Amino acid sequence: MIEQLLFWVFAILTCGAAVAVVATQNVVRMAFWLIVSLGSVSALFFLLHADFLGAAQLLIYVGGTVVLLVFGVMLTASGSSVRIKTSPAEAFVGAGVGLLLLSVLLFSVTSVEWDDLESRLPTRNLSPAAIDSQREASSDADVAAAGSSVAGPAREAQAALAARTQAGRTVRQLGLGFLGLRPDQDLNRPEGEGLSSGYLLPFEIVSIHLLVVLVGAAYLARAKRRVVAGASADL
Amino acid sequence: MNGPLAALTIQQFLADQLASYGSPDRAEFIGLIAFVLAGLVHATLLISLFAVLPMVYIWMERKVAGRIQDRLGPTRVGGKFGWLQTLADGIKLIQKEDLIPASADAMIFRMSPYLATIASFAAFMVLPIADGWVGVASECGAFLILALMSLEVFGIILAGYSSGSKWALFGAMREAAQMVSYEIPMAICALIPLVIAGSLNLQVIGQMQSGGAWNWFVFHDPFAFIAFFCYFVVATASVKRAPFDLAEAESELVAGFHTEYSGFRWSIFFLAEYASMFAVSGIAVLLFLGGWETGLGFPEAMLSGIRGVGQDVPIEGFVLGNYIANIFAAKVFILKASLLVFVQIWVRWTLPRLRIDQVMTTCLKYLVPISCCLFLGAVFWPLLLASSGLERPILFGRALVPPAVASAVGGVQSRVAIGSQVGSAVATADREGTR
Amino acid sequence: MGGVGLEAYLIVGAILFVCGVVCMATKRNAIGVLMGVELVLNGANINFVAFSRFTPLGLDGQSFALFVVVLAAAEAAVALAIALNFYNNHTTIDVDRGNELHG
Repeated sequence: MIEQLLFWVFAILTCGAAVAVVATQNVVRMAFWLIVSLGSVSALFFLLHADFLGAAQLLIYVGGTVVLLVFGVMLTASGSSVRIKTSPAEAFVGAGVGLLLLSVLLFSVTSVEWDDLESRLPTRNLSPAAIDSQREASSDADVAAAGSSVAGPAREAQAALAARTQAGRTVRQLGLGFLGLRPDQDLNRPEGEGLSSGYLLPFEIVSIHLLVVLVGAAYLARAKRRVVAGASADL
Repeated sequence: MNGPLAALTIQQFLADQLASYGSPDRAEFIGLIAFVLAGLVHATLLISLFAVLPMVYIWMERKVAGRIQDRLGPTRVGGKFGWLQTLADGIKLIQKEDLIPASADAMIFRMSPYLATIASFAAFMVLPIADGWVGVASECGAFLILALMSLEVFGIILAGYSSGSKWALFGAMREAAQMVSYEIPMAICALIPLVIAGSLNLQVIGQMQSGGAWNWFVFHDPFAFIAFFCYFVVATASVKRAPFDLAEAESELVAGFHTEYSGFRWSIFFLAEYASMFAVSGIAVLLFLGGWETGLGFPEAMLSGIRGVGQDVPIEGFVLGNYIANIFAAKVFILKASLLVFVQIWVRWTLPRLRIDQVMTTCLKYLVPISCCLFLGAVFWPLLLASSGLERPILFGRALVPPAVASAVGGVQSRVAIGSQVGSAVATADREGTR
Repeated sequence: MGGVGLEAYLIVGAILFVCGVVCMATKRNAIGVLMGVELVLNGANINFVAFSRFTPLGLDGQSFALFVVVLAAAEAAVALAIALNFYNNHTTIDVDRGNELHG
């Protein structure tokens, strides 16, 4: 119930702010709405029990990328370019195409039976949500089996505490995944099937990629106006 | 009802109390009420901490500044020492007119103080005050709190930009460049104790430093010792305190990003600033200085003796001795963090302000390489100890780079890419501005 | 569970994606276009994380989303450097003015 409430709050914030990004013509306000939208997305990640990803979204996306965009706005905004108007016809066509695309996407999302996904996918693992609900159900069953009114709440509280402290604990698994180990998939696997692959190589590639981007972006953004000889040599 | 959004005990307590009043078929509704009430209790506690600490610090700032300048500081409001000076200031500020300049972007101008305050307050959610006393017990709390602190910059950039004044704009640009750049060495220095602990959970990190001051991470190895001072310098800069307070350099920029603000909105900028001073000091205390432990043998032994006492209180999950010990621990924690805040105030009134290019040079040319070297050294230290046979027999140095921290390193890396670019771009812009 | 299902998250992701596409298509400000890209990537990320929660794919979705976040940061850094260069050469960041190479 609370999860639903929070989901609706943050989903409406996400979508509303995204629409505001599209609808606003002023770049600075667009940046503001983008902050609201991306921050709410990170709240949705927390609701999806992806704690580390939500924090990374806040640190890298909201705190890093959007700051960079705001910087771009500040460095390039010179009065007239704060508002570069989209003509009404373009906006109308854009909105029309967007609504068409949205209806296609919504049609395809709603026409799939997501509920029996577990049975149709060939993996033998359960989804985290299903594992959580099983855990809750088993704790309910324990309580029902115990039958005593005194032990009930305590046991339930313990089970809830266990489920709650387990929820969203993905840091270690993600870290191991980046080091090439997949305990979340390999632990239930029978012997002799081999191990599933982690993400060590992509992680290294991303690291190198970031280094290249670091050098490249600093090179591209450097001051190129050769004003007076020697004036900019010290930076 | 999943997610670590509220601590369990108050909620459970309220749910049990309410259950006796309502019929059992409305259990879900009662659970919701208990959840909301528990959330409100927690939020009220955190907000009172968030509001009272800055009041004390502002009073302390005025008093310390007075003493350093050979004056008395406030002496009238609320007794001989002027205890209530901040409250009087606050009442005066709230009465002031809420001005919005004609050239300002009114919506963003109104919203940005709240953005800064929300970000600063959100950091309090994940900061454990005592063992188990934390708003959100996240497993990646250390990462999360750095992320939340990094959001404060938005309030300041947007405030400066929307003011429609060039002083405010320059202040905001400087502030943004400074905060984004200084977060890199801050994160790298914060990674050192995280590597030592092998966890991103602030509570676990606090618990690992229990048992005496020699277990504090600041004394763990020479690199961690230097890293603490490095972190403290960087933290001072990242909450824009002197000598790094270029954003509000009144000698050149009038008042920097808050030039156009007045009254309530101006005062909550300051609330946010002093609250983040506490937050960064609290992180320093948790990561390096033993968290809520006194570091002395005798009081800690007494407290751990108390912790088990009084389990017969008829409330689920509530242990009286634990509660008393935690009150003491919270006081120790706040006192330690306040000491660091005092050092920040002391530094502010003692050292002159740097120039903006000196600030950026200090960060990008000195602090980033220093912190990287410290990080490498701290990672290789256990290897060195192990190879020389001097390995400490306790739980430190369990893993070289624990996986939890490895993924955090990846996150920090991408921030480095962003920060360096921003730094170079702003250095260019600022040179053009001054030309 | 009684919670929110996969479909709701997918719908949020779809709305975000469409907003981003429209933003990319209609904005003439280069930085507005970049913001559209960020929205599209976030829509994709919501889908990734929702699938990792509600399907047996496990943590793969979260790993992918993390890569997306990191690469988006790199992309924004490079794209912004290009935008700044464009601004230095044209004194505007209207993308419609970057038409010197057309035949």
